[in-house]
Amino acid sequence: MAKMTQEYPVVWLQCAACSGCAVSVLNSASPSIKNVLVDELLPGKHVNLRFHPTVMAASGEMAIQVMEDMARDLAGGYLLVVEGAIPTAMDGVYGSVGERNGQPVSMVECVRSLGQRALATIALGTCAAFGGIPAAKPNPTGCISVRDAFAAHGITTPLINVPGCPPHPDWFTGTIAHILLQGLPSPDDLDEHLRPRIFYGQLIHENCPRRAYFDEGKFAKKLGDEGCLYELGCKGPITHADCPLRHWNNGVNWVIGNHAPCNGCVEPGFPDITSPFYQKLQDVNIPRIGEYWQK
Amino acid sequence: MTHIVIDPITRIEGHLKIEVVVEDGQVKDARSSGTLFRGIELILRGRDPRDAQLITQRICGVCPIAHAMASTLCLDSAFGTVAKIPDNGRIIRNLIFGSNFIQSHILHFYHLTALDYVDIAQLVNYEGGEAMLESIKAFIGRGQPGPFLPRYEGDYRLPPKVNQQAVAHYVEALAARRKAHEMLAIFGGKMPHQVGIVPGGVTQGPTIDKIAAFLWRLNELRDFISHIYIPDVLAVAQVYSDYFEIGAGCGNFLSYGVFDLDGSEADLTKRDRLLKGGLCSTDLVAHPLHPSKIREEVRHSWYADSSSGRHPSQGATEPQPGKPGGYSWLKSPRYEGQACEVGPLARMLVNYAAGNAAVRELVDSALSTLGAPPTALASVLGRHAARALECKLVADAMADWVLQLKPDAPAYVEYELPVEAEGMGLTDAPRGAIGHWISIKNGVIANYQAVVPTTWNCSPRDDRDQPGPVEQALIGTRVKDKENPFEIVRIVRSFDPCLACAIH
Repeated sequence: MAKMTQEYPVVWLQCAACSGCAVSVLNSASPSIKNVLVDELLPGKHVNLRFHPTVMAASGEMAIQVMEDMARDLAGGYLLVVEGAIPTAMDGVYGSVGERNGQPVSMVECVRSLGQRALATIALGTCAAFGGIPAAKPNPTGCISVRDAFAAHGITTPLINVPGCPPHPDWFTGTIAHILLQGLPSPDDLDEHLRPRIFYGQLIHENCPRRAYFDEGKFAKKLGDEGCLYELGCKGPITHADCPLRHWNNGVNWVIGNHAPCNGCVEPGFPDITSPFYQKLQDVNIPRIGEYWQK
Repeated sequence: MTHIVIDPITRIEGHLKIEVVVEDGQVKDARSSGTLFRGIELILRGRDPRDAQLITQRICGVCPIAHAMASTLCLDSAFGTVAKIPDNGRIIRNLIFGSNFIQSHILHFYHLTALDYVDIAQLVNYEGGEAMLESIKAFIGRGQPGPFLPRYEGDYRLPPKVNQQAVAHYVEALAARRKAHEMLAIFGGKMPHQVGIVPGGVTQGPTIDKIAAFLWRLNELRDFISHIYIPDVLAVAQVYSDYFEIGAGCGNFLSYGVFDLDGSEADLTKRDRLLKGGLCSTDLVAHPLHPSKIREEVRHSWYADSSSGRHPSQGATEPQPGKPGGYSWLKSPRYEGQACEVGPLARMLVNYAAGNAAVRELVDSALSTLGAPPTALASVLGRHAARALECKLVADAMADWVLQLKPDAPAYVEYELPVEAEGMGLTDAPRGAIGHWISIKNGVIANYQAVVPTTWNCSPRDDRDQPGPVEQALIGTRVKDKENPFEIVRIVRSFDPCLACAIH
């Protein structure tokens, strides 16, 4: 007798977002996005994406109904993915997800009502995890992170941050696979910013193929020069991600591999602390930097 | 009289609400409303100008290259490098940009549009034995077919075999668009939000292995475009041919042109581009474009009225949520007071009018296959056809460009950061004309304004209460079934709206 497939219903909410996180997940090479949506992602387990504004068939109130039915009928049993920061200024007037009975449904309200009843929440992308671009100075719409939104409403639903601008698709599919295989990550699996250590545990700087140049004090002075990109603004020394090992877009390239400085896009300080992007990091205590100049 | 409100419009980028008033089965009034404001233009103020092209990419994750290019051309014009970009830099920028055109157009037809015409649920009857289609059948059989259901019902017309093939192609297209981004990343570093395009050129010049790696991914995509994408558009067009007479729109078309073939002309409106800029209406008479005639009006937008009617170089973004008379976060860009449609259809028509032989051949051939007159182009299906034909044109040109790269030649030119400067960058994104304007004072960004394709297309009424292009395309449409208003969503999606872009 065939085993019943275990369904993992997912609601994907887009708040103050650019959809880059969704596009990045579509770029997943293995598993492919088709594997994620249609197949049993792992034997006996199907990720059932029911609500996602970019790809779903339903429009308008029919779509909002899907979201509300899940919150009501599957309370405690669905995964909430939030893409984008949450605009809170002026009672959430700057962002609505849709309309119900002639009234706008604000992003703040959606995150609150869906977050409260979710089995777990993944804040996907730096905007959802930390505020990101729309929360950058002067934060015109009062954008906050999912973590701060949950705290403000006393919501204690387990939260995992998968930041990046955008996040690498593997960081998302890997987190989902963890949930399917082993359940929710334990607190030890996550760092202080609720990021899975398996992906965010090390600095770019620790695995960078140009580290030898850095250690020898050989710095590129202008674009196109050989050497470490530190003086051209690289934020690798303060950025926690496995890009040098994983590479991007099915392994074809990555930021520093393209002779461009890392801009620190997975960090809570993106963009205000990790910019100006082409200006050298200031006032940072990095091993060996002081040593070289003291010679 | 019935009000139909569709909020959210799904299968677009971003947050859009459409409201129509239907009387005697016909749309009498329409309102297009963007429902998310982030304020990127305000966020840019006070920052290092070089950061603009990285930050503005985050206006949109589907078309970040459009912003990278508009912003970088804008910075190049402010930094004095706009006519000095080495050929390698110019070509690599075109290859990065073109790769995203291909990705965006494939994504749009298959993953944003197709579910309005293709019936995935029918696969429950599939008996063919092919592995991938069997997996779709199994998926439907598991009883949880989200996100493909629920949906509007009552107007899926493709014959079973064509429908089946379309479903198979929907899945193949997922891989194709992913590969287009991989191709892009060869020169862009990563995608979305690439890092290769910078003022002065690109961060890394070409190497022989990159040229070959790029070319063969491109060839695979050209194959997909010619043998799968274009035939699918024609197959849908033949079955849904009434949509050549639905959704005509405002009938004015605007483009800045795209893909620099020569980088030595500082005036971007005079630059030689693969697709040239200009204006035309349905009379197909070409007119030159003068960016000085662009204004953004905000009478029906949630911005202070005092900021209305300005040229973007003097533009302001002063949000005023709840302003009486306002119903959208989009401003209303107008050219000499006219609403203008932008996008692949505008580019094809402007270039057809200007006598571009390659465009004429592609368009005439498609019209002849479909037995449709040129007037049919301003329509729902005309837009889908224009997008697919343009995709082929761009992909074919890229195959020539990649072989023009010279591994030992420079890809970048240096510049001095100015203390005070003005800049303007104009190009055409997959969704249409895009412009960025910057004002630099004391070495930082004093003002930054973007007028983005969907801002034109989905704009609300302007200061003279003239509806925007999508609103005009909806007015007059016959809606057969108010519970399943296919006509409305098919019209809106034919414009390929991107709301994060439109509002920014």
